[in-house]
Amino acid sequence: MTIKVLGSGCPNCQRLEANVRLVLEARGIAAEVQKVTDVAGILAYGVSSTPALVIDEEVVLAGRVPSPRQLEGLLVGR
Amino acid sequence: MKAAAPVRDVGGFPAARLALAAAVWAGLYLLKGPFADGLTYRVLGLVPASRLADAVHFFLFDVVKIVLLLVGIIFVVTVVRSFFSVERTRALLGGRREGAGNVLAAGLGVVTPFCSCSAVPAFIGFVAAGVPLGVTLSFLIASPMVNEIALVMLFGMFGWGIAALYLVSGLALAVVAGMVLGRLRLERWVEPFVFETRLGGQALDPSRQLTWHERVQMGVEEVGSILGKIWPYLLVGIGLGAAIHGWVPQSFFLRYAGPGQPLAVPVAVVLGIPLYSNAAGILPLVEALHAKGLAMGTTLAFMMAVVALSLPEMIILRRVLKPRLIGLYVAVVGAGILATGFLFNAVL
Repeated sequence: MTIKVLGSGCPNCQRLEANVRLVLEARGIAAEVQKVTDVAGILAYGVSSTPALVIDEEVVLAGRVPSPRQLEGLLVGR
Repeated sequence: MKAAAPVRDVGGFPAARLALAAAVWAGLYLLKGPFADGLTYRVLGLVPASRLADAVHFFLFDVVKIVLLLVGIIFVVTVVRSFFSVERTRALLGGRREGAGNVLAAGLGVVTPFCSCSAVPAFIGFVAAGVPLGVTLSFLIASPMVNEIALVMLFGMFGWGIAALYLVSGLALAVVAGMVLGRLRLERWVEPFVFETRLGGQALDPSRQLTWHERVQMGVEEVGSILGKIWPYLLVGIGLGAAIHGWVPQSFFLRYAGPGQPLAVPVAVVLGIPLYSNAAGILPLVEALHAKGLAMGTTLAFMMAVVALSLPEMIILRRVLKPRLIGLYVAVVGAGILATGFLFNAVL
């Protein structure tokens, strides 16, 4: 599983990345977490409100930082 | 909380819970007077009508009032905004003409959840979706200018008339400034890569597929996150306001910054520019300044400059706009704020 966190480095994007890593660690899920910070890369996913979360090249969330429970639902369900 | 869990309806509208929360909120709001009276005169034993007692009372009363107003408004605004998104707004604005497009953009700028930190992808997304530059700028101006926190605090301090005045003049300014900038054909002052960027992938609309439970949850989280960020500014602002309330002589500002002082408005705008993100903290201060004679137009101009012209946002926009366009943007919006200030000083 490849997870990408889209965002240009604002506090919300860092919070999202930190939350993703927390959930992955707590649930023992092996996944590669990448950050996409350049605008062209972000727009290539059709996202214009950051932060956004991409799992295996699919945009699953954009424009907000999800609650840990919601994030767990997104990550564990795969 | 656990007891209610088994019957939790994930999709339904949580009417009972919201009604309970609203009742608790209203009760606390009604108790702010007795709370400030009791703490100032009984617990602290201050002499009524002394300067210190006045200042302490003002501080306690305002802290309770403003925090409660903020909790209520941030919650309501966040839930309302969960029905909107930048993606949806972009789709609504794509291909619109100038004029009607500017009005729609300014209105959507108020309700669309938008953080200036994602101004760059939003700007490029708008342009790539065929939204005219002037319409995009109307959105970018209205979004910070009509600040929901400022709006509700104005309502709490000066009543609905002034709050409505702020809302209407902020929207009008965004529409007119966007139209003026749109007419000037400024596309050459936008960084060229903006026009080359293509939107890819499937755009995911964050406003859809949310249950009521999630929208309410978002509202609660947003209240915590905003109050967590602004409380130091809030306390400093209310503290300064309280000090001015207690110690600065009545009508002090009437002499130096009253309606008869033409320089007061430009000075207020220039002072307001570096004070970004402290809208909540600056307002209690503004309330105290107004009570001591600062004219209402000057007060509104100051607040608009604080929320709409911010250095950090200009730096972010520099990545997509050339310095000349940013300069023009600041000049047009600044001129609009000045005009608003002078107009209301003249008519109020």
